Amino acid sequence: MHPFAYVAPSTVAEAVAELSKHGDRARPLAGGTDLLVKARANVWELDAVVDIKNIPELMTLTINGSGLSIGAGVPCYQVYDNSEIAAQYPGIVDGASIIGGIQIQSRAGLGGNLCNAAPSGDGIPSLIALSAVAKIASVNGTREVAIENFCTGPSRTVLKAGELLVSIEVPKPAANSGAAYTRFIPRNEMDIAVAGVGVFVQLDASGKNFESARIALASVGPTLILASAAGDSLAGKPVNDETIAAASALARDAATPITDMRGTIEQRKQLVEVLTGRMINKAVERARG
Amino acid sequence: MVATFEPKTDYKVVGTRPIRHDGYDKVTGRAIYGADVKLPGLIWAVCVRSPHAHANIKSIDTSAAEAHEGVFAVITGADMPKAESKLVDLGEGNINFKWASNKLMADKKVLYRGHPVAAIAAIDRYTAEEAARKVVVEYEVLPSVTNVVDALKDDAPIILPDMVGDDLGEDVTNTNMAAHVRHEFGDVAGAMASAAHTVEREYNMQMVHQGYIEPQNATATWDEEDRIKIWTSTQGAFPARTQIAGILQVDVSRVKVTPTEIGGGFGGKIPVYFEPLAAILSKKSQRPVKMVMERTAVFETTGPTPGARMIVKLGADANGKLTAATADIWFEAGANPGAFIGPAAMCIYAPYEIPNTRIDGWDVLVNKPKVAPYRAPGSPQVAFAMESAVNELCENAGWDPLNFRIDNASKEGTRRGDGVLFSKIGMQEVLEATKESAHWNAPIGDAPEGKVRGRGIASGYWFNIGLKSSANLAVNSDGTVQLTEGSTDIGGSRTSMAMHVAEVLGIGAHDVRPTVGDTESIGYTDVTGGSRTTYATGYACWIAANNLVDVLKERVAVLWDINKDDVEFNDGSFSSKAEAQKTIGFKELAGKLDDLGGPANSTGSVDLESAGDGFGMHIADIEIDLATGKSDIIRYTAVQDVGTAIHPAYVEGQLQGGSAQGIGWALNEEYYMQDDGKMANSSFLDYRMPTTLDLPLIETVLVEVPNPLHPYGVRGVGETPICPPIPAIANAINDAIGKRLYNTPMNAGSILKALK
Ligand SMILES: Cc1cc2nc3c(=O)[nH]c(=O)nc-3n(C[C@H](O)[C@H](O)[C@H](O)COP(=O)(O)OP(=O)(O)OC[C@H]3O[C@@H](n4cnc5c(N)ncnc54)[C@H](O)[C@@H]3O)c2cc1C
Repeated sequence: MHPFAYVAPSTVAEAVAELSKHGDRARPLAGGTDLLVKARANVWELDAVVDIKNIPELMTLTINGSGLSIGAGVPCYQVYDNSEIAAQYPGIVDGASIIGGIQIQSRAGLGGNLCNAAPSGDGIPSLIALSAVAKIASVNGTREVAIENFCTGPSRTVLKAGELLVSIEVPKPAANSGAAYTRFIPRNEMDIAVAGVGVFVQLDASGKNFESARIALASVGPTLILASAAGDSLAGKPVNDETIAAASALARDAATPITDMRGTIEQRKQLVEVLTGRMINKAVERARG
Repeated sequence: MVATFEPKTDYKVVGTRPIRHDGYDKVTGRAIYGADVKLPGLIWAVCVRSPHAHANIKSIDTSAAEAHEGVFAVITGADMPKAESKLVDLGEGNINFKWASNKLMADKKVLYRGHPVAAIAAIDRYTAEEAARKVVVEYEVLPSVTNVVDALKDDAPIILPDMVGDDLGEDVTNTNMAAHVRHEFGDVAGAMASAAHTVEREYNMQMVHQGYIEPQNATATWDEEDRIKIWTSTQGAFPARTQIAGILQVDVSRVKVTPTEIGGGFGGKIPVYFEPLAAILSKKSQRPVKMVMERTAVFETTGPTPGARMIVKLGADANGKLTAATADIWFEAGANPGAFIGPAAMCIYAPYEIPNTRIDGWDVLVNKPKVAPYRAPGSPQVAFAMESAVNELCENAGWDPLNFRIDNASKEGTRRGDGVLFSKIGMQEVLEATKESAHWNAPIGDAPEGKVRGRGIASGYWFNIGLKSSANLAVNSDGTVQLTEGSTDIGGSRTSMAMHVAEVLGIGAHDVRPTVGDTESIGYTDVTGGSRTTYATGYACWIAANNLVDVLKERVAVLWDINKDDVEFNDGSFSSKAEAQKTIGFKELAGKLDDLGGPANSTGSVDLESAGDGFGMHIADIEIDLATGKSDIIRYTAVQDVGTAIHPAYVEGQLQGGSAQGIGWALNEEYYMQDDGKMANSSFLDYRMPTTLDLPLIETVLVEVPNPLHPYGVRGVGETPICPPIPAIANAINDAIGKRLYNTPMNAGSILKALK
């Protein structure tokens, strides 16, 4: 491991100033459960690590009439332990509560999960399905990017050197909506997704028809995939086995997996289809309350 | 004449479950493991490793690394003593110093990915890592082979050009085949031709790793007197000393090995890796040197167990009696010879009485790490093939697989696949116990919607070794006893040793304080392995305790001024044969020893043949999700003949641990190799061993048929339980989905494919 400087600023302004000094030889540190692993494995040679956990704005969780704001450094356990979030955003809790084990979840957060940009990031599909937005700061000001456009490849994001994720903004879910996420892993815990599917559905007042849906896939492409055709196919359709199977087949078509030590192309495509069906049903169940 | 013993039942200590003597230190983090060893002036070393699986080293330039600030010493293959080609028995497998030395540090050629080409000692680990990146190695990359089929092709790249292969006794050169052996008995061709039912199948298995939690490590000093001291995590301080001295070309008495506590080994910590390198770096730097391996290197460079290709054919008559069996097995040795085809031949047919048998085994070099023993090395592989074939034979003919095994069970006088005739064995008792077990008699239950269930059984066998062990005892004035023994303690053995002593002396298990000795504080003791430890070292403890009784009788004779022959010892108490009311307890006597001749010590040592044959039978219930191929083991039982269970909890632990490892091997574990010879999954993330959430509570049935060759009837138990799980699960999968898998791992992907 290359020796690096450790800095722990207390404002966003100081943090982005520090980051901009080092270009791509500095990285923000949230829970560190990805960063430290990579630094030790010499994936990166860093000159500085900028700890964000002393910046109050990045450690705050806010839930109000307009939606949910998750500070970039908030650890997973604070997300899933919050009963309001659990009630209104169960899809996010599905993801946050399976990242690693208890120890990992007490450090790791959704911000780090997003910025790490693993195609298998379990926290990300629900954020895409729920149309969440990333708030980004740099010495030049702030900007917003939809989560579905945030990750651009394995370990690659839209963040430029010197930019910092401040928070993830999730709009308030509409009435009669529900969301769910699951992944397939060969073991029962502490594993990496062979395929993952996050689903958001909005039903009409009767609860019998879909108004809209968004489906996001993990681990079946170089980055996370918004399966638009699959989600759109449900809009205006009745909730039944046929429409759900059709959407699941479209999700399968949207997947572009590879064969590697975690699974084959065939297996992953099949898993996407099976999990999509299961998650649509679960999201519908939640939407109906 | 080998001594034999009548079984006893009226034990006081044997068969109880005292808490382990090392328990508190281990759960509170006080126990000293290899990585905890710190010496004044200690420096750290790391290896520079080959990124290629097979390449010639054209040049190595270490000058920039040597100039790096904080670096004390750099070594390459040129610094390794040129070890001679000499075969030495390490208890569970042999070692040839020539290959063993080359495995630790490449000379002119790298033979597997991760093969060390240099090692660097520096002020701390990170400085050593930084300097290591400055070593410039020029490679000429050669084509590599990573499976036995490719390795034996005519145009295969030759891994060790100077190796002479042994093909049924004939020398062969320019080959990757290190050995081909054959055992044939009876009229195999005739019996197979007239069999009413036959089955013939090919089975393939990938390499798997022992997966011990503590990586390899070593701390070494080489002083001005040329005395070498090593602290290391090893399964045997003395066999480690033999290897270190052999590789460094010094007398064994120059090397002192202190075994630290050990975080698992399963056979993988019998070979040495870092010890000689740390010693040479210490000699060069004049400092103590420490090395601790990273997990990737543990996977890429330390002993996995062989991957295998196997073809098994069975023949049976119309009445369900096995008449003939043949097996052709090719095992991956890794980059040096030695793939455990011998044990495979000993084990493959052992649970059965088969009049006509043949086995041909090939030991094949591939560009992968040299294999090391892993719990019953060679036996789980052949058990997968044999026990799958037996079940398939039964399915085709409509026979019940448990009754078939009972009808064909091996017994006293049965000839094993390698020709050895069994003495008294417990296979039939194990089968009967299985038939009567709660699990076998319980229905499997209905699967939830979308899932199916299946049950499978399989047997397994390991022969268990004996070998050499030593123990010393000394009485303390407070009535306790110090026990020093030579077996490094992996699975609670020091408590079992203390229990042997306590039983003889009539004192409590915690009145004996056991210590694992270093190579200068105890007599020669072989590895903790081969399922020998409780048997052989326990036996040595029993002898030492009886010798101590003898010493103490002399002291009692002085005390009472009578003849030693008139002193009796029973249940922890000495008495006079002449005057029955004259008695003195062990503890009271201990307090008087100062006036009766001073310290009372004793010693015991053994060199034994075998710890008795170990047979087991497992039952596995599996549940499979038909849509995803995901499986869960929902119930699991291990039945085994364990001789006498000295500490039943540790015996159960061995059965459970072996089962857990076998389940992992069956379902998910594998060396997933890329075409360029790189292992793609060299981390615990992608090398999927089962977690506690992946296993049910493993039920055990201890069948106690005392071993007449041990004073308390102990039999080896640790290795047999890894043999049945793989075929038991294959048979359960077949029961659940009606499809048989012939390759490991039998993961969700392969199940899904079979369902298509
Ligand atoms: C044992 C173990 C198990 C795991 N299991 C899972 C799992 O099941 N599912 C899963 O998805 N992941 C898993 N992970 C990976 C990891 O824990 C998650 O990705 C986690 O969410 C990362 O969050 P963190 O806060 O620790 O991020 P960090 O490691 O602190 O950061 C991750 C990356 O994001 C960057 N970063 C952090 N904060 C910011 C910011 N504010 N602005 C810009 N960049 C930033 C860092 O520089 C780094 O590149 C596991 C890891 C371990 C060690």
